[in-house]
Amino acid sequence: MELFHDLIFGFSVALSLQNLLYCFIGVLVGTLIGVLPGIGPLATIAMLLPLTFNVPPVAAMIMLAGIYYGAMYGGSTTSILVNLPGETAAVVTCIDGYQMARQGRAGAALAIAAIGSFFAGTVCTLLIALFAPPLGAFALRFSSAEYFSLMLMGLVAAAVLSHGNMAKSLAMVVVGLLLGIVGADVNSGLKRFTLGFYELADGIGVVTIAVGVFAVGEILSNLSDPEERQVFTSKVTNLLPTKDDLRRSFGAIVRGTGVGAFFGVLPGTTPAIASFSSYMIEKKLAKDPSRFGQGAIEGVAGPEAANNADAQCKFIPMLTLGIPASGTMALMLGALMIYGIAPGPQVMTDKPDLFWGLIASMWIGNLMLLVLNLPLIGMWVSLLKLPYRLLFPAIMAFSAIGIYSVNNSSFDIYLMAIFGILGIVWRMLDCSPVPMMLGFVLGPMVEENLRRTMQVSRGDPSVFVTRPISLGFIVATILILIVMAAPAVRKWWGAASAG
Amino acid sequence: MNTALRNNKDFWAGIMLIAFGAASIFIARGYPFGSTMRMGPGYFPSVLGTILVLFGIYVMIIGLRTAETITVRCSTRALVVLPLSLIAFGVLMTHAGFIPAMALLVFGSASAGREFKFVEVLLLTVILTGLSVAIFIWGLGLPYPLIKGS
Repeated sequence: MELFHDLIFGFSVALSLQNLLYCFIGVLVGTLIGVLPGIGPLATIAMLLPLTFNVPPVAAMIMLAGIYYGAMYGGSTTSILVNLPGETAAVVTCIDGYQMARQGRAGAALAIAAIGSFFAGTVCTLLIALFAPPLGAFALRFSSAEYFSLMLMGLVAAAVLSHGNMAKSLAMVVVGLLLGIVGADVNSGLKRFTLGFYELADGIGVVTIAVGVFAVGEILSNLSDPEERQVFTSKVTNLLPTKDDLRRSFGAIVRGTGVGAFFGVLPGTTPAIASFSSYMIEKKLAKDPSRFGQGAIEGVAGPEAANNADAQCKFIPMLTLGIPASGTMALMLGALMIYGIAPGPQVMTDKPDLFWGLIASMWIGNLMLLVLNLPLIGMWVSLLKLPYRLLFPAIMAFSAIGIYSVNNSSFDIYLMAIFGILGIVWRMLDCSPVPMMLGFVLGPMVEENLRRTMQVSRGDPSVFVTRPISLGFIVATILILIVMAAPAVRKWWGAASAG
Repeated sequence: MNTALRNNKDFWAGIMLIAFGAASIFIARGYPFGSTMRMGPGYFPSVLGTILVLFGIYVMIIGLRTAETITVRCSTRALVVLPLSLIAFGVLMTHAGFIPAMALLVFGSASAGREFKFVEVLLLTVILTGLSVAIFIWGLGLPYPLIKGS
């Protein structure tokens, strides 16, 4: 079996001592920031990315991925114990998880959340292993026209499926595309939009923009809106769920995994949408829906499986097609480019150790989280007592060192300050920065593929609709736009994505 | 300008988008445009800039019609102090060395918050500066002088 052969190869890569260590660091840091509100995986990955430049790409990607799915676990811990979602995806878990904790069943809730996440993680690892190779092989046949249409579809879908006003999100994609092409033009060598700064000749760094908008911008918005934090420490006893709990949860976990995997490959959807949808499904299917909100274990099991499945399946389009489906994936794609790896279907064939090693490491990382998390819960909860006024200067300090170390240049620090200000301005104007991030990373590739297509077709744009695969993407793009623009869908989606 | 317009979220979002688009078109004027078949460096940014201006006008009109107000607030203090601390960090890294730059960044950032307890912030500055020297300079071996002689 080809599949098992590849997976075993992946495990042999992921199980090397160095990769295990980086995986461990990743999931530990991920859980930490998942527990702490006010700092998300995107900002953390951006902060730590410059420190990985001396590490082999495989180990670095394994660590960055660990931060990402580790944060999903961490977020649920605090939702259940203290009714405080560390990440937006964990908002739904608060509803029944916290009720269970109040009834003295925190242990069962935590255990089922961990088991659900682990199950989802295992299924998604298999899904990636199953679907990535055929998808990648399919994509290898793409020419520039197909790539352009695919990227168009990815960007449009990401914009319209993300939370907020559709026109503004689409416009933010365009802002990102423009920021992405700053620097020397690949065809003519002309330096564009550098405003005379030679530091901009290589373009704006993906880390600079991510840290500026998502770390500094987030701090600015948190400082303006101080939220009171209360910490209750409830004792966690009896970690084992009862037989009845397991029986009730099993279906919810399987359905949650399916829901999460479905939303996972859709660009622009957040894990919050997956967990919210899973919760609604469980509530609909329940014999006695009134139990929901009173500590129903299905209300924890389903959404937790869903958000983990979503987070992990987001890797499928990123690794096989080079299309980021979320802000974090855009950053991971940027990381690949920094490590000198051109994203796209050839990653699987050219860098099998990276591809299969990363996939295998996700399963190992999920296992680590399952084993590690439950005994460490006390420590995570005590970390919540750390006040934000001590936390954010530390974030500022680490971000600044990270950014400075990329080029040893103060210019990048000034850019980071500017993007921090833009970050808060965009938040105030309700212009989501995530579509901007996707546009930014894909900017140069969109332009390059458009140019190449037009050159081959002698300036005839009909090539996008005469080539069947490209036509498929274009039709899908239009369908997504039409469906999501319908007022009823818009309303439902708005409620879902707001959590 | 009346207050309704000053707090109009989408009106300002439209202005922001138009500004980005217009700047792009304006700067790209100086780049060879080329043709659709052979796109010059000015082609893509000019087209995107135009799209952005159109989006901006649309969003602005929506803003004038719905008049939704800005709900996210931004504390002026943080908006001034935080970027200034970063700029100071950049300047000090080039001219004074890692320790002064780091100390000023931590102290400056901390003073951007609402609560400011001098002793606590001082302690935080010492601890974080020491920690980052240990991690980044000694641990990871980043080649920055701790203090530059003047």
